[in-house]
Amino acid sequence: MDFNKKYTPQTWPDHPEQVTLEGKNKFLGFWLFLGGETVLFASLFATYLALKNKGPSGMTFSTETLFELPLVFVMTMLLLTSSLTSVYAMYHMKNHNFRGMQTWLAITVLLGLAFLGLEIYEFNHYVHLGFTYGQSAFSSSFFTLVGTHGLHVVIGLGWIILLMLRNAKRGFSLYNAPKYYTASLYWHFIDVVWVFIFTVVYLMGVVG
Amino acid sequence: MSHDAQVYVRSQTEFEYIKQKRKKDMRNQVTTFAIMIFLTLIAFTTVAAGFSVYLIVPVILLLAAIQVVLQLYYFMHMSEKNHQVAAFFLYSACLIAFTFILTFLTIIWWG
Repeated sequence: MDFNKKYTPQTWPDHPEQVTLEGKNKFLGFWLFLGGETVLFASLFATYLALKNKGPSGMTFSTETLFELPLVFVMTMLLLTSSLTSVYAMYHMKNHNFRGMQTWLAITVLLGLAFLGLEIYEFNHYVHLGFTYGQSAFSSSFFTLVGTHGLHVVIGLGWIILLMLRNAKRGFSLYNAPKYYTASLYWHFIDVVWVFIFTVVYLMGVVG
Repeated sequence: MSHDAQVYVRSQTEFEYIKQKRKKDMRNQVTTFAIMIFLTLIAFTTVAAGFSVYLIVPVILLLAAIQVVLQLYYFMHMSEKNHQVAAFFLYSACLIAFTFILTFLTIIWWG
């Protein structure tokens, strides 16, 4: 088992994430996991849609009065851009350019952190208005859905940072290439979920 | 578990070719990104412009669906070879996802 074997751009395989058995298994297992994640988010979306704007009588909070589109727009742009930067990272992985990949992943992490900061600001703002987790069925379902997505962002950031640190002095191998690849898939999936959140929760919330 | 693989040394011509191909692929990815930004802008402006709800909701849902397909097929490489099983997992999940949403909404509407 020679997983620290060094490659050059000339010998680096076209699909470094899928040449080893380990890589193939990771790839398949990860897509199965993403299927499970889809089901998880579907249940949260369904709950949110069923409980949207529902709460104790006299509740003044509603999607129309609560959400502000400019903030959501900035968050969307940050996350969408971070998706492109991780595509750049994978481009450099294919070209066996370790420095390039680490740099683009670092940019991805910074964009993700900016997104997370805005989300924390948003939640904090809602809680100050009195729209707390236990305030209504609506608030619980909202915070659970958007918060679960936020938790995924936190996990994704932690994952990418750990990968970057652990492999900083190792360079590429067929051992860590699948790890980087699955982390980037996870990051794209976070953006996929966000597309539905900004559409179904925020945009459809503002129009009522 | 095996981390081994056969080493294949490319000729200079092959190497140049694959590098060019990757560059072209990356350009396509940037185009995909531009389309995704554009779709997002349309979705937000449709809502900001204040059209009828019955127009806005189907339009933004369609835009979201297109954007997700672009993300899956280009950014997540589902359009490439060896993704049949990945697609099977994902579409099975989408079927369950659709059932969830249908069930929860009909419970509320009919209940």
